[in-house]
Order: sequence, then C-alpha cells, then structure tokens
Amino acid sequence: MFERGQKTKLAPLPATIFVPERDVDKQPILEAHNLGIDFGGLTALDGFNFAVSPTEIAGLIGPNGAGKTTVFSLLSKVYQPTRGAILLNGRDTMGMSTVQVNRAGIARTFQNIRLFNNLTVEDNVKLGLHNHIKYGMLSGILRTPNYWKQEKSAAMRVKELLSIFNMEHMVGKRAGSLPYGAQRRLEIIRALATGPKVLLLDEPAAGMNPSETDELMENIVKVRDTFQIAIVLIEHDMNLVMGICEGICVLNFGKIIAKGAPGDIQNNPLVIEAYLGRQKKDGQHAES
Amino acid sequence: MLAALLRFNFLGGLYMSFLSHLISGVSLGSIYAIIALGYTMVYGIAKMLNFAHGDVIMVGAYVCFFAVSRYDMPVIPSVLLAVAACTALGVFIERLAYKPLRSAPSLAVLITAIGMSYFLQNSAQLLWTSNPKVFSSVVGNGSVKFFDGRLSISYNVIVTVLACIIIMSVLTWFTGRTKMGKAMRACSEDKDAAQLMGINVNATISMTFAIGSALAAVAGVLLCSVYPTLMPTTGSMPGIKAFTAAVFGGIGSIPGALLGGTLLGVIEIFAKAYISTQLSDAIVFLVLIIVLLVKPAGLLGKQVQEKV
Repeated sequence: MFERGQKTKLAPLPATIFVPERDVDKQPILEAHNLGIDFGGLTALDGFNFAVSPTEIAGLIGPNGAGKTTVFSLLSKVYQPTRGAILLNGRDTMGMSTVQVNRAGIARTFQNIRLFNNLTVEDNVKLGLHNHIKYGMLSGILRTPNYWKQEKSAAMRVKELLSIFNMEHMVGKRAGSLPYGAQRRLEIIRALATGPKVLLLDEPAAGMNPSETDELMENIVKVRDTFQIAIVLIEHDMNLVMGICEGICVLNFGKIIAKGAPGDIQNNPLVIEAYLGRQKKDGQHAES
Repeated sequence: MLAALLRFNFLGGLYMSFLSHLISGVSLGSIYAIIALGYTMVYGIAKMLNFAHGDVIMVGAYVCFFAVSRYDMPVIPSVLLAVAACTALGVFIERLAYKPLRSAPSLAVLITAIGMSYFLQNSAQLLWTSNPKVFSSVVGNGSVKFFDGRLSISYNVIVTVLACIIIMSVLTWFTGRTKMGKAMRACSEDKDAAQLMGINVNATISMTFAIGSALAAVAGVLLCSVYPTLMPTTGSMPGIKAFTAAVFGGIGSIPGALLGGTLLGVIEIFAKAYISTQLSDAIVFLVLIIVLLVKPAGLLGKQVQEKV
C-alpha cells in the first residue's frame, strides 16, 4: 500500500481528531489508516482511522475489551495489522519489528507494570537509553576511554530524566522494591529514555488515588511540554482524560464510535450509552 | 622422640595429600564452572537447556589439537583459533536449530538440543574417527613445588584456576556494567518489554550463545590439558557434570555456576581419593539430589513463584 520508509503524501485525514492551534500547520506525527486486526475469526479492531499531531495529548477510551490495548500493540508492532497502515512521521511502518519501530520513535508503558524488577532504577533507565549508548562489546570488556565516556554521559542523562519526576534519590534502588506510584513513574521515564516522538501510556493512573492522579496529570503535561512529543493514553479515569486530553477517540467492540474534543465526547449520546453511563452506574474501572 | 617425629611426618603427609586433593578438586571444579557458565547463561536468557554445549567443548579441543599438532601453530594462536571456531559454531547452532523454535514448546527445544549433541558427536566421529588422540597440554607438564617438594602444583592447575578467576571477573563486569550485559539481564527478565525498549532480543540471545561457546573452547583446551585423551565423546560427561554444577549452584546465576562447579569438582576428587574411584560419580550425583531436596532452586538460585 505504502512504500516502507518513504514519505507518503496523503489527503488530509478526516481522522484527525483534534489539532491544537500550535500544531495546525504540521503534519500529524502518527496516523492510522483503516487499521484492523483479526485473531482467527474474531475481529478485534476494524476501520480504525486516527491521527495525532506532533505535540498533542490524545486519549483512547472505551469499555473493557473495546480494543484499546490492541491499538497500542499494533502501534508498537507487538502485533502486525491484518489490514491498513500505520504512518509515523509520514513514513509507513509496515514490516518493521518492535525494535525498529521503537528506534523510529514509538515508546510505550504497560497496563500492568513491566519494569525489570531485579535491576536498579538506573539500569532500567539505561536500558531505555540502550540504542543511544554507543560502544562495542570489546570496548565494554576492555573498558576503553570511549566506554567510560559513554557510560558517564548515560549516567548523567539518567539523572536528568529521573529529575523530571523528582526521583534522583532512588537511582540505586532495585526497581521491584519501589512503591507502586514510583514504579509507574519509572516506567514512563524508561519509555522516555528511548527518545520517542510518540509516547503511548497504557492506563497510567490505574491503581492511583485521586491526589496521585492529579500529580500524574501535571507530570504528563510537563513531559509533553519538556520533550515536545505527542502522548497517546488509554485511561479509565475520566477526570484525567477530560482534564488533559486535547483529542479523544472512543472505541467500542473494536470500532470507533466517536472522536472529538473532550466537550463533544462528554455530550455524545452514543458514548454516554456505551461507556459513560455504565461507568457511572458501577463506578468500577478495573480491566483484566 | 623418634615415634613423635614419625607421627608428625605421618600427619604432615596426610595433610599434604589432603591439600593436594583439594587443589586438584578446585582445578577440576574451575573447568566445570567455566562449562557451567555456558549452560547457565543460555538458560537464564533463552530459557532452554543447550545439551549440545558439552560437544562444543569437544570441537574446541579438536580444533586446538589439530592447530598445534598438525599445523604446528604456537599455543596462544591455536587457543584463539579454537575460541573463534567455537564462537562461530555456537552462533551457527543457535541460528540453525534453536532460533526457528523460539516460540515452540520447551520440550521440542530440549529434544532438538539432544539431537544437536548427537549430530556434533557423530560428525566428529566421521571427520576425525573415534580413535583417541593424545592431547598435549598447552601449558607444559611442569609443576611448582612447595614444602621441600612434598606438595607440587602443576602448571595446568595454576593456569586453569587463573583462567577461571579471570573469566568470572570479566563476566561479572560484563553483565553488571556494560549495556550488552544489562540487555542480557533485561531479556532474561522480560523479553517483550526489552523488545519494546528497543533491545534486539535475537541479537542478545546470539551473543549469549557466542560467549558461552567461546568459554566452552577454553574449557575444552583446559580439560584436555589435564585429561589428555581426546575422543568425539570427550565432551559429553564433563558437559553433564557441568550442567549438574549449574543446577547445583542455581541455574541462571553466574556466581552459582562458580560455586556449583568448584564444589562439584572438590566433592568428586575427594570421593575418588577417600571413598571409591568407581563410586565417585554416584556420590557426586547423590550430593546433588540431597542439595536439591533441601534447596530446589540450587544453592544461589532464586525461588521462582509460579504465576497463576
């Protein structure tokens, strides 16, 4: 459909959900065209059209099992799509592996935290920096000046990154021993260390209390402002989604049912029926 | 007076023989430890038992043997050649036999590994015949004498123990302080997450095989320097013993391989010296069984909780 790695000119997408004023003249950083995936006979996602502008915070919401995490897995190439295309910065990512797409600029966090628990906080972040630390195996064994230089600058970068969330003092701790909230923040830092253009956050506020969530909201905006990147987040916490997302996309049964600014979504009868109404009734938002 | 002197001498003799057994135990154990590293690292990262590892040792020893005896190469280049050949062989085996089975059930991988082991043994038999070759020690047969010649330590032993210490410290550095080492540890914990952080898991697994096989070549040369009979089946028993050592110390753990290997070597030599030569292997495995009954994850292994 599109040549891999080639700039592809496409008509402006009706899919663009919301373009913040500062991004009006810019091409979207991430586009999904008619994306779909089947697992055996089951269509998990179909006709997914979506675009994110370069410094947008976009939300992906929907009831449990709607296909939100599937979208993330497709964007990060854990699954290869059955149909459609994903464009990163105008380039098709077709056939790219998870590693390649990460190098190209997509990083993610996980619904259930997946840090390297037995490694220190510093090493976890350094693993995010893996592709930015440049020395060979031999210079690692022989400890050449280049090795020391690279490791030193990596260590400084780790400190810088940790300082965004005021976590410098935890640098030597084992990741698995951190409190829950700190683990969530560390996961975001580790993903940021890979140098993404688009950061995918899968339920960043899961399991957080309201004050922690408020702090997280500030932090997400701060990350966007500092790094000038796009952030796409899956979240069930409506305060968070309506509070910081500029564009929202609602999924149900693998299909988009609504797209738009937070105000439009809140008043959309389809959304209320599929999602918000139910959300109010049982007030639970645990996902398997 | 005379009686007391005699007694002193007798006890001194006992003490010296104990010491010399201990030293040869540590030396044998060092070889086991170097081989065990290959098992333990591959298991830690690829979660598979590479039973062909023992036969890579044999190939390494053959390469070194032919380089020295047939092509008259000096010792150090021959050892390096063996290391290079085994590294290539290890990576080749991984690509050919194990990589296509990355997502296959672990039983299929295990059987493939056993098949690969027989393949290597039989290829060696075809290429080099099953006639034993006499391997001449790469470090010479001299020895250093202590206590007026009552205790002698051969160069072999010194070089083996030194090699083991150097390898262990370099590997500890490598896995702990370099980006490749950290990538290896990350892959051993969570391959998918590592991949999503931009770490090439396949390359990391290949690298692990390369390191393990390079060490196997070193172990092969050291082993055949002490036990000079070289046959296509030379690697299999030390391979199994080293695997035992890896399990003994806690498979997946590098210090565990060192501890398990050394203990296994010492137990084996003591059993040979003080109990029975024929029973020595049985005693070694008996100790393993007892240790695993008490500590199922091995001496330094972490108790893994099954995910429900």
